Amino acid sequence: MSHLLEFKDIGLAFKGVKALDGVSFHVDEGELFAIIGPNGAGKTSTFNCLNGVYKPQQGDIVWEGESILGMRPDRIAERGIARTFQNIELFAHMNVLENISLGRHVRTNVGWLAGSVWLGKAKREEMANRAKVEDIIDLLEIEQWRKYPVGLLPYGVQKRVELGRALAMEPKLLLLDEPVAGMNLEETEDMARFILDIREELGIAMILVEHDMGLVMDIADRIMVLDFGTPIATGVPVDIQRNPEVIKAYLGQEA
Amino acid sequence: MRGRPHLYVSYESEQSLLPTWTQRVMVGLLVFLLVLIPLQGGIEIGDRLYQPVGFLGDNAWLKILSRVAIFGIGALGLNILTGLAGQVSLGHAFFMGIGAYTAAVLGGEVGKAHWGLGLPIWIWLPAAGLVAALVGMLVAPTAVKVRGLYLAIVTLGLVFIGEHLFRNLTSITGGSQSGRKFPSLDFRLWKEEEPFLAFTSDGPMWPVFNWLDWLFGPWINFPAEMSEEAKTYLALAALLVVVVVLAKNLQRTRIGRAFMALRDRDIAAEVMGVPDAKTKFEAFALSSFYAGIAGALLVAFIGRAIPEQFNLLLSVQFVVIVLIGGAGTVAGTLMGSVFVFVFPRLVQDFSGWLTETVESGGVIGSIADVFVSTGLDDPGLVSTLEGVSPGLNVSQLNVVIYGLLIIGFLIFEPLGLYGIWLRVRNYWKGWPFSY
Repeated sequence: MSHLLEFKDIGLAFKGVKALDGVSFHVDEGELFAIIGPNGAGKTSTFNCLNGVYKPQQGDIVWEGESILGMRPDRIAERGIARTFQNIELFAHMNVLENISLGRHVRTNVGWLAGSVWLGKAKREEMANRAKVEDIIDLLEIEQWRKYPVGLLPYGVQKRVELGRALAMEPKLLLLDEPVAGMNLEETEDMARFILDIREELGIAMILVEHDMGLVMDIADRIMVLDFGTPIATGVPVDIQRNPEVIKAYLGQEA
Repeated sequence: MRGRPHLYVSYESEQSLLPTWTQRVMVGLLVFLLVLIPLQGGIEIGDRLYQPVGFLGDNAWLKILSRVAIFGIGALGLNILTGLAGQVSLGHAFFMGIGAYTAAVLGGEVGKAHWGLGLPIWIWLPAAGLVAALVGMLVAPTAVKVRGLYLAIVTLGLVFIGEHLFRNLTSITGGSQSGRKFPSLDFRLWKEEEPFLAFTSDGPMWPVFNWLDWLFGPWINFPAEMSEEAKTYLALAALLVVVVVLAKNLQRTRIGRAFMALRDRDIAAEVMGVPDAKTKFEAFALSSFYAGIAGALLVAFIGRAIPEQFNLLLSVQFVVIVLIGGAGTVAGTLMGSVFVFVFPRLVQDFSGWLTETVESGGVIGSIADVFVSTGLDDPGLVSTLEGVSPGLNVSQLNVVIYGLLIIGFLIFEPLGLYGIWLRVRNYWKGWPFSY
């Protein structure tokens, strides 16, 4: 059986500094896969390779049987890989509606000419678009912020809008980079609920990078642990918790 | 829905350009006023003629307003590139020049010293835009490589290349200083003698406005004649309205959002599926299209195209319009271009008024005397003397105030005139509980 995504023996280096070294994993449809590891372990680099922001020197990335290595980010987005960022990367001067609508760029196709004229095709597409955007706003419970420029919104809400923008792409795989970083308990629980909703209702596979171990252990199907760019363990949460290598990476070793 | 008229019941009504009736009525009134201006309607009370909006209908004012329309079209183009897509460009004058000379070749007189095909306006005007857009596409790949200040320098280079070309391609441009005559705005179906719609000659009032006489006849007198300036103004204003609607639509659809996304966070935009190179390409092409149209209109309006017109100062003027108005907003860009052209006239009127006050004496006159210099020994800010004098003359004063205002806007109100308008509007929306 072929996997949705296969990350094959990826090596990424910046002028001799090895960010990723022989990282391999796979994700199946509808799976919630988590990547954990100490700071600088290469978690976000993994995402950047998947997105096409970084070009790994070694290995291959196979998406639905096709290699996406070296593809431009927008082409990869077209194929159904969406992402949120660790430090929110929303379009600060656009409002919530516009931000989420932008996520639908790859699922719409009206050009500048039809858009300028508005009547006909562009108008129909905008209205259909709006209906989809409203579904997402509904799912993430951000109705009251629709028309606010996102730069003015509280942090927790911005995180939700960013998740919404990624969902608007109707992705098959969603990359979540620290979705609950800096959040209080209540906000974390809300976000966990949204992640589970997305999985149950939309059936989207997810890769989660997160430092909140409680959250990861609770909701992940499988976990990969990275340390200094190399994978030290991959498995179900129960096994990962007991793995001596993992404990060593996190807590250090007794002298 | 009776009884709840302000409830949006469809996305369509909520996302329309003018969602509320207040906005529709206000914009309708504004357009109506803009049409009334050149008609110079007046009310006779006793033996005096009052012209509530008609005072703006004198030819000097109409020329200013025509310029506002032309520069408005060009500035909306720069607003797409700089305001929406965030690409700083000082090359707008270059694209205007390309448009102007395309129009000159296509629409110019046949068989004279310069190339000319004598084609009608409905060919040369769109062609001016299209050729400028093509040239814009050639420049776009550079913008993908460099950004910010570096892009500004690259586009600055364009202006100098353009000036050099325009000076030396004499068979097209007529060469330095002298330039060439330019086709008029008259609308011809083909190359016939009598234009289908004449904009560049005085004539009787267009029959389109007969209803005004019918509607307001008993109270307001409309003259039976229309000046050349009035017709030109109406034609340009109509074009501006079309361009405004197009620009507004672009901003609220897919490509407009892609532009703004690239401006705010380019990497995130790419990851969300916005192709970087292609989108910047489109921004340059669209912006240059508008510039080309504005360039052709400008020289047609002036009647002569001189290579030195398309210099850095022209580019800077557009940047100023977009900045003072409020980058990224259509309404702001329009306010900016109104400001840039109406303001000098107001300063001129104001110094005229000051001078009169001084001459008439009295308390106010002596206060005004502090600011006005009437002779070589009399210090003051503004001078009434011609030539070299102790004070600034009116055009110098204009430049000084202009510069101070630009600095002021950048420091105190980065959102420009549009930002001020928002604050005033929100104040009155919340009144009397505005904090």
